[in-house]
Amino acid sequence: MATATPLLAEPGASPPLRLTRGSLPRWAPAGMFAASLGAALLVMLVTSFNWYGWGALTFLLYVVVITTVSRRVEGSRRSTDRLVTALVFTAFALALLPLLALVWTVLRRGVPGLTFEFLTTTMRGVIGAGGGVEHAIVGTLLVTGLAALISVPIGLLTAIYLVEYSGGRLGRWVTLMVDVMTGIPSIVAGLFAYALFEIFFGPGVRMGAAGSVALSVLMIPFVVRSSEEMLRLVPAELREASYALGIAKWRTVVKVVIPTAIAGLTTGVTLAVARVIGETAPLLLVAGLTTSMNTDPFHDRMTTLPVYAFSAFATPGFPPEAGYQRAWSAALVLIILVMLLNLIARLVSRFFGPRTGR
Amino acid sequence: MSAPAAPTIAGGPVTPLDAPSHRRGDRIFAGLARGAGVLILVLLAGVALFLVVESVPALTASSSELPQGKSFAHYVGPLAFGTAFAAAIALLIAAPVSIGVALFISHYSPRRLAGVLGYLIDLLAAVPSVVFGLWGIFWLAPQLQPGMAWLGTHLSFIPFFAGPVSATGRTILTAGVVLAVMILPIMTAICREIFLQTPRLHEEAALALGATRWEVVRMSVLPHGRSGVISAAMLGLGRALGETMAVAMVLSVGGGVSVNLISPQNPSTIAANIALQFPESSGVAVNALIATGLVLFVITFLVNFAARAVVARRKDFREGS
Amino acid sequence: MAKRIDVSDLNIFYGDFRAVADVSMTIEPRSVTALIGPSGCGKSTFLRSLNRMHEVIPKARVEGKVAIDGQDLYEPAVDPVAVRRLVGMVFQRPNPFPTMSIHENVAAGLRLNNRKAKGDALDDVVERSLRGANLWDEVKDRLDRPASGLSGGQQQRLCIARAIAIEPQVLLMDEPCSALDPISTLAIEDLMHDLKSRYTIVIVTHNMQQAARVSDRTAFFTISGAGQPGRLIEMGETPEIFSRPGEKATEDYITGRFG
Ligand SMILES: Nc1ncnc2c1ncn2[C@@H]1O[C@H](COP(=O)(O)OP(=O)(O)O)[C@@H](O)[C@H]1O
Ligand SMILES: [Mg+2]
Repeated sequence: MATATPLLAEPGASPPLRLTRGSLPRWAPAGMFAASLGAALLVMLVTSFNWYGWGALTFLLYVVVITTVSRRVEGSRRSTDRLVTALVFTAFALALLPLLALVWTVLRRGVPGLTFEFLTTTMRGVIGAGGGVEHAIVGTLLVTGLAALISVPIGLLTAIYLVEYSGGRLGRWVTLMVDVMTGIPSIVAGLFAYALFEIFFGPGVRMGAAGSVALSVLMIPFVVRSSEEMLRLVPAELREASYALGIAKWRTVVKVVIPTAIAGLTTGVTLAVARVIGETAPLLLVAGLTTSMNTDPFHDRMTTLPVYAFSAFATPGFPPEAGYQRAWSAALVLIILVMLLNLIARLVSRFFGPRTGR
Repeated sequence: MSAPAAPTIAGGPVTPLDAPSHRRGDRIFAGLARGAGVLILVLLAGVALFLVVESVPALTASSSELPQGKSFAHYVGPLAFGTAFAAAIALLIAAPVSIGVALFISHYSPRRLAGVLGYLIDLLAAVPSVVFGLWGIFWLAPQLQPGMAWLGTHLSFIPFFAGPVSATGRTILTAGVVLAVMILPIMTAICREIFLQTPRLHEEAALALGATRWEVVRMSVLPHGRSGVISAAMLGLGRALGETMAVAMVLSVGGGVSVNLISPQNPSTIAANIALQFPESSGVAVNALIATGLVLFVITFLVNFAARAVVARRKDFREGS
Repeated sequence: MAKRIDVSDLNIFYGDFRAVADVSMTIEPRSVTALIGPSGCGKSTFLRSLNRMHEVIPKARVEGKVAIDGQDLYEPAVDPVAVRRLVGMVFQRPNPFPTMSIHENVAAGLRLNNRKAKGDALDDVVERSLRGANLWDEVKDRLDRPASGLSGGQQQRLCIARAIAIEPQVLLMDEPCSALDPISTLAIEDLMHDLKSRYTIVIVTHNMQQAARVSDRTAFFTISGAGQPGRLIEMGETPEIFSRPGEKATEDYITGRFG
């Protein structure tokens, strides 16, 4: 029995030793981590302090200490287990770091410029400091609203087709192509919209509606997917009950199925809007940039928030600080918009959503 | 349709059925729904068709008419390389981290926290790419620059760190890190879902053999999740390949092909190049940009398709066993 | 190798819900002990507390004492991983690792302690375990094939082979035959006869005939109503319990008069 473990050795071996052999106390990882933190801090203070150095050194010290001690006391299996645990925790910390840094940077840089004036002026005639995002907010709302107006009927009807009419071969194709569409890079959607509008309006076309079409290409697959999921949650008994009353299929869908799923559908659409409202690249290509208010999506360039933020950064003017300030504040406004939409989606699904079991 | 079944339950006070108008309504509605489905197929075909048609002038034009006076292949080659290189860096960073984070949420964190932690990571997905671009330039690049300077001084014999070192930190490595952060949420979400679906039976089989937590993960969770992890990586790769603004803003472009991670002369990516050049282009140059977009479309299409194929194969496998 | 298990004043909880109350019993070494009782009375829960598998369920906990040869399994210093190597377990539904071959499945437990275990020594153990589980003749030509290709009964015997490959002292079986056909069931009952000379076996079963056929001692659990904890009513030599039960509830259950 070369492979048998010492654990199973002779019947005479004393049992207490076997089950308790080698086990670090529960506080050991936390204690060792604190010690590593302290030791690394000391090293940092002696040499030169640096947050990343501190983090990295703590990690290295902790991993080395816990694995060697655990190997001694608990054996190699437990030691490997502790190593992996340390790595997994580190991965999570690593993922959290950019999130925190991002939120902090955007708030720190964006808040100072976020004044009432910033929200209520355009860039018309502004050189250097001053100016605002009013026209960009209006542009974003118009372009995204129009995109939603295009995407929601198409997406919802397609979902209804897939769920209620179960599609057949065409259905399988549509499902596949919706999958493909989710992978289209946003810049390609912009190129498509440009090529489409060029046919009607000639080369160099820029208008808000073209941006809406580009966003629709990105939004439709989202709407289809989420609506499909929500419609499938509607119990078949509800439909059958309605049919049994002699109600036509289309009225069943409109009066029974959709109202039942409305909360989920709303959530899905809201999330889809949140997804595309921050899109920059396609709008940069086809909606363009202007300094003044434009409320007609079918004529001329229309500034949107993300493009505004990008151009304030790319061509900040002189001195550049004012432009950078506008870029950050516009970014903050954009993030607030996106978070607001996400919040609405969550609230809708929390308070009006279907009660899924358990 | 099921309406004709209705009269059989007659007798009650149900309103008399107006069959012809019902049937018309049904037909119209079904037609609308089917039309929407067809429209999606048309739309996608339209995307492909327009890209191809608009690319033709660039593909047939002589080198002297094209931007940089190069043939299209020479024009798109370095861009395609830059696209793949940046995406590869992103994937190399994001794959291990997202697997770790997914495991943390599914098997290591306290169960009560798991939902909140998952939501925190999902929040990253909601951040617009232009914000990532700003963050990449103003926060990340300066943070990474000293590290890259160190690599340039001590490891310059490795081609990746050959230098000269960028003074601003706006290198392809930084762009890759930004992309990694951007694709992390989607990859984590997919991995987490698949890890959470590991059958309890298999985890308990490992536990009952006296497996530690890591051994349970190694024996049951990872084998169960393998294809899910692969498809998550492919989807992440697809995202990274197509991401535009963050790269366009962060990367300082020098053109050409180079594996140097830390120099100020970086290859651009297809998407970033389009975003930066398009507003100032006209004539055949626009067609050339659209043609590069077509190349990007084909690449991401293939990657996404491969991802779906992996998932589909897994589904067959599960149904078969 | 087999060990005696002493359970005293054991209470088992899922969160605030007490699923099993005040159980005390002694499980003799080198014998088969059957746990019987209506569903929901806590047989599985009790069984899983014997190798500390209960606590892998969130918020689940145990109060009381379970001692194997005097060593309390629930002492703070005891490592649950070591306990589970000492007390093997076979589940209600066969659960071989689907991506591993038959050989790898049997070797899985051994590999944990010896990553590099390979070659003849390992093959020997695998063969011995498969023979021990009465499966060798059926699979010896396809050890490298995936375990998912086996029939349900074969998979269950594979799980038994996997459990005994690490030479535990105690073998717990939770309704091991409930998902199997009568022929596979018979094969596993035969196997239990062979195994009890070397292991302490505890088996949960719903099948009275099976309990009577395979077990030396029988413990009867029951619940007085929904939301009530399960309790041990009586325990004794199997022939005794089946012919002259001491309690009315036991008699009702055995004779099928239980509601
Ligand atoms: N994971 C669990 N969480 C909460 N309660 C559980 C869980 N598993 C079992 N129970 C409850 O514990 C009691 C005993 O269950 P169990 O041990 O499975 O009974 P048996 O195996 O005798 O049929 C039942 O009331 C059951 O509802
Ligand atoms: Mg049970």
